[in-house]
This record gives sequence, C-alpha cells and structure tokens, in this order.
Amino acid sequence: MKTAKRLLTVFILLAAGGFAFNALAADQVIKVTAKRFEYSPNVITIKAGVPVILEFTSLDRVHGFTVPDLGGVRATIEPGKVTQVRIVAPKAGTYEFHCDLFCGEGHEDMTGKIIVEE
Amino acid sequence: MMIDRRDFLKLMGLGSAVLVLGPRGLAHAADMKAGKDDFLFVQLSDTHWGFSDPKANPDSAGTLKKAIAAVNSMKTQPDFVVFTGDITHTTDDPKERRKRMAEARDIIGALKVKNVKFLAGEHDAGLDNGEAFQEYFGKTHYTFEHKGVHFIAVDNVSDPTSSIGDTQLQWLGDELKKIDKDARIIVLTHRPLWDLYPNWDWWTRDGAKAVDLLMPYKNVTVFYGHIHQENHHMTGHIPHHAAKGLMFPLPAPGSVPKRVPIPWDPAAPYKGLGYRGIEAKTGNAEYVITEFPLQKG
Repeated sequence: MKTAKRLLTVFILLAAGGFAFNALAADQVIKVTAKRFEYSPNVITIKAGVPVILEFTSLDRVHGFTVPDLGGVRATIEPGKVTQVRIVAPKAGTYEFHCDLFCGEGHEDMTGKIIVEE
Repeated sequence: MMIDRRDFLKLMGLGSAVLVLGPRGLAHAADMKAGKDDFLFVQLSDTHWGFSDPKANPDSAGTLKKAIAAVNSMKTQPDFVVFTGDITHTTDDPKERRKRMAEARDIIGALKVKNVKFLAGEHDAGLDNGEAFQEYFGKTHYTFEHKGVHFIAVDNVSDPTSSIGDTQLQWLGDELKKIDKDARIIVLTHRPLWDLYPNWDWWTRDGAKAVDLLMPYKNVTVFYGHIHQENHHMTGHIPHHAAKGLMFPLPAPGSVPKRVPIPWDPAAPYKGLGYRGIEAKTGNAEYVITEFPLQKG
C-alpha cells in the first residue's frame, strides 16, 4: 500500500512538471509524427482536465515541441526514439504548439494547435 | 569625431522620426550638444542574403546592396556598422551556406566604413552551431569598447534551442564583473532577451538569466533583430530595441495566425524595411535613434 502511495506521488509530481515518461494504461495516447516542417496531425483535440500522452516520432531530424501557453511544456524529439509528453489542459481553448529547435527554412511553419474542449 | 546633430538629422534627408531612448525612458533630443567622444553607429539586421520569394521581395538580390549604398551615402559616416544576425537565409546545404556567407561578406565589404561587427542569427548558425558563421564572420560572442561604451555581443542562436547556454552566461557574468555598475553598456544580440512572443519563438529561452546579470548595471541598452520590425520595450530600467529587417517585414506579434512575411506592396516598394543610426553622446547613457526607411531609387 505504501509503495502504491509513493508511486502515485511520483505520478502526480511528474504530471505537474510536464515531464515525458512512459504512458500509463489509463491515459489516451495520441501518436504524432514530426518531420520538416510539419507535425501530423497538426490539430489535436482533447478534453479539458483529462490527461493525454502525446507520443512523438521524428521521421527525419531532431525537432522540438513546445506549448508556451500550457506551462511551457516542451520536448526534444530525436529520430529513432519515441518521445512521450503528458499534457493536461486545465481549461477549454486553443493552444498553439511549435517546433522550438531551428530545423531549416520552413521551421517557422512547423506549428499546430491543441483544441481543448469542455 | 564630432557629430553635428543637425547633420545627423539631415543624413538622408528623409525626415525620419528621431527618438532619444535610454534607461530613463523616452525624452526629446532637442537640446543635446555634440561632445568630443560622441559617435554614431549603424545597425543593420536580418538581411537574409539568399532568400528568394518574389511575393515577399522581388528585389531580393538588390536589397542588401541598396542598404550598403544607403549607408555609404550618409553624410556623417558611422564609426562602425553592426549586423544583428540573419545575415544569410538558411539552407540545408553546407556548401551553399558558405557560398551565401561569402557573397554577403563581399557585398558588405563595399561599405566605406571598414569597422563592421557581426552577430549570427538562427538562419546563419542554427543548423551547424555557428560553424560556418565563425569561418566567415568571426566569433559569435565577444566584447569591445568604443569611446567609453562597453559593447557585449551575445549569441542566442548557435544553440538551436534558442538559448544562450550556461557556458556563455558564465562568460557574460565574468565580463560584467570587469565593468563599473554605472558604466555605459550596449548589448547586441539577435533574438529578444525577453518573452516578446514565445508562440512565434520570439524570445530567448534563458534570456531572463542574461537580463538578471545585467540588472545591477545602471546604464544598459539592448539592440537586437529577429522580428523584422521595430519594437521598444523596457525590462525594469533596461530598454530593448528591435530593428527593422532588410529583406521582408513580419507582422506584429500575434496579429495573424502565422508569422509569414508581409507581401511586397508594389505601390510602396521596400515598405517596412530599413536600418537605424544610433548616436551616443559623451557621458550620456541615452541614445539618439534614427530609423531610416529603405527607399526606392
């Protein structure tokens, strides 16, 4: 029981910090690919207050992912690896995300939106 | 060199707006007198040599040359010229990157003023950590002193995460320790050191750490580029001035869904493009900033 409590505490701390970690079975996993200069999908719809795991893979080079208006959550997406980011959006709205690792001439176009519904 | 302010204002005969901007905010320059250590320097930014999109700039091959000619035609020549990054437009091909840098360096070499300082932008340095830039334009962070003003060039682009990085921050702190707290300091950089608009990557991830290091110094001013438009902002007592670009203007932060270049206006060629003169007055931490639009002809 104590071990379970400790695990729960770690889970909450990681979630609060927005760190990437292995998906838990209960969370919805949304797979996202990144390549120059787009994410697919680039519009992601989730529910407010419901944790979601974004599971990134890069099809070419290193990219970044950040959502400045969601507590600055960010990740580095390296080719050959699966990168998971757990997000919990507290309220409905549209949150823009973008690549924050300069990746070439179309870098500025590498953007997307997370639409959060009530 | 003595600068007669009237001469300065008449440099291009453009009737440009003149602001005096300094750590104590905005003021008017009407009663400023020339001193023996007054000097003028010119800031050019975001020339994006190698960019090609006729909808944004049908004169992409001529705009940098035009800017150089405009600076050369200034009646009072600046003591030096500084390029605050994105001298070249990015390319994946390292050979092409170096070709663009060589061409840009040659064009800039036509400046009458031979004292030219360079900073990198992410287009120059973001794909190879500044390797090619250093081959053609030298170090990416450095200091120099000019007539009592301490200049600090900060590199916030060679690290593709839009960061200055701990090593350079340590260097910045060490350099600042050598300077009196009331000395005049000008910081030159490419990205804004403050969170101008992070959704468009208009920030420096660890810029606040640099500002914290600068905060104890009374007379600091920051000049930067990156956003292709003027912007004037204060963090505490420190003013930050973004310059116009010299290839294409960008929209105001957050004003449109995407930060794409503002289309060329045939009725107003070169609209939104320009450079600035910055006049430093003896013993005064305020600067006369004159914005010069790039003009047809």
